[in-house]
Amino acid sequence: MYSEKVMDHFTNPRNVGEIEDANGIGQVGNAKCGDIMKIYLKIENDIIEDVKFKTFGCGSAIASSSIATEMIKGKSIQEAVEITNKAVVEALGGLPAPKVHCSVLAEQAVKAALLDYAKKNNIEIKGLEDFDPDEDPHDHHEEEEI
Amino acid sequence: MNRRVYLDYSATTPMKKEVLEEMQPYFIDKFGNPSSIYSFGREAKKAVDIARDQVAKLIGAKTDEVYFTAGGSEADNWAIKGIAYANKDKGNHIITTKIEHHAVLHVCEHLEKNGFNVTYLDVDEHGLINLEDLKNAITDQTILISIMFANNEIGTIQPIKEIGQIAKEKGVTFHTDAVQALGNVAIDVNALNIDLMSLSSHKIYGPKGIGALYIRKGIKIHSFVHGGAQERRRRAGTENVPGIVGFGKACELAMENMDTHIKHLKMLREKLIKGIMENIGYVRLNGHPEKRLPGNVNMVFEFIEGESLLLSLDMVGIAGSSGSACTSGSLDPSHVLMAIGLPHEIAHGSLRLTVGDFTTEEDIDYVLEQLPKIVDRLRQMSPLYEKVKGGQKSCTQKK
Repeated sequence: MYSEKVMDHFTNPRNVGEIEDANGIGQVGNAKCGDIMKIYLKIENDIIEDVKFKTFGCGSAIASSSIATEMIKGKSIQEAVEITNKAVVEALGGLPAPKVHCSVLAEQAVKAALLDYAKKNNIEIKGLEDFDPDEDPHDHHEEEEI
Repeated sequence: MNRRVYLDYSATTPMKKEVLEEMQPYFIDKFGNPSSIYSFGREAKKAVDIARDQVAKLIGAKTDEVYFTAGGSEADNWAIKGIAYANKDKGNHIITTKIEHHAVLHVCEHLEKNGFNVTYLDVDEHGLINLEDLKNAITDQTILISIMFANNEIGTIQPIKEIGQIAKEKGVTFHTDAVQALGNVAIDVNALNIDLMSLSSHKIYGPKGIGALYIRKGIKIHSFVHGGAQERRRRAGTENVPGIVGFGKACELAMENMDTHIKHLKMLREKLIKGIMENIGYVRLNGHPEKRLPGNVNMVFEFIEGESLLLSLDMVGIAGSSGSACTSGSLDPSHVLMAIGLPHEIAHGSLRLTVGDFTTEEDIDYVLEQLPKIVDRLRQMSPLYEKVKGGQKSCTQKK
């Protein structure tokens, strides 16, 4: 079901944890859906010097978070904001169709953390103008409050 | 991987050697078609008759009340569609529950699209139906009550005798899906007032692809497959003779070993539940504490997701099951966990471990050694766990 790359990142997730002095923190998803991703960024001079994550979710959610952190570490803010869920899926060697939403969540978690950094530093990041971190990437057939 | 522990006996069981040995001659040496009149055919026919008798004995039925099918799902389909279409002149109302197997629920949904009305009874937090709700749901249009004997996910055993009595008093036909109960609970169709009952072979150490439907004599039901005269013209098609022989043998073994089997499963189940409860925080046992299948353990582990738990267990050689959304390809956790009222956020973290005849105490020790480490690793990775560490109350604490 999962590629070797997905299993590798699930088994040995990279960059798990928190950054105490993070200057950008983003969290997306909700427990009802079974996926929550939280990303911590330490950005210095426009470069993502450090990144950590915490994820509540399935194997592909953990693997997507892990690989997304690898993909943005050392990158500029603008490079990081341009990383798409498609790139996450490709880097993982593919995801089963029902699991593609996990890669969307990873993209959104990165963007949410970058947006938080932008707000804290009173700057604008190109590509985040219309981004809403509270928007649910799942296609729900019902909407209930927990 | 040092050790492999299979704890998914509710999904399927390994076949017993005695069953395989009984089946083997019917693949090559005794290959006749039971419908043929010469000796090759008579030999096969005799084997089918013996197996039918073995199945009947296990459930207290008459031999000619047992009809072989391709498994439990076919038996459920036949029972419900067969009764519905054969009795639509009497009424169009069916009663079932919200926690049935999909082989029942999807058939009911199909019938709803074809002019039938279906009442789906609620269950309580343990998965039990309310008998008063059942009585109140019956109308003069009710032609069938289909309520499972024991739930495949949480193991809860329904008050089958009382349900059967209510159905009998109201003159309504009563079907039960006993796929999980067979061999794990003593069943007597007459004492329990059952009119139709679905059975499956591979849940009781028999081969896959074979099952049976018990149909009480005199019940009006449509044939399931039209064609030849097999199964007294009710289910055409050349019999799966080796499968039938294997199923028969599995029933015979289940009957002989039932007491020992149940005792063994209960001992392992209790050890597993106790070990988990004592060593892992924020867990909850799903299903009824006493009225449950002897081999069923179903728990939720807060702050983690079931599929991650299953993959992690698999990495150390342990096979289990989960009702999490991620293992079903949908976004909602299992309909059973929803029906017993679990909030989504904890239903996602469900784990079903089902023990069987080949499970040992050492297997359970190994699970109890590995599981706490896995749960802790996933929780350390979970943003939900941070809040609890910070003093926020959890769902299982509230309950």
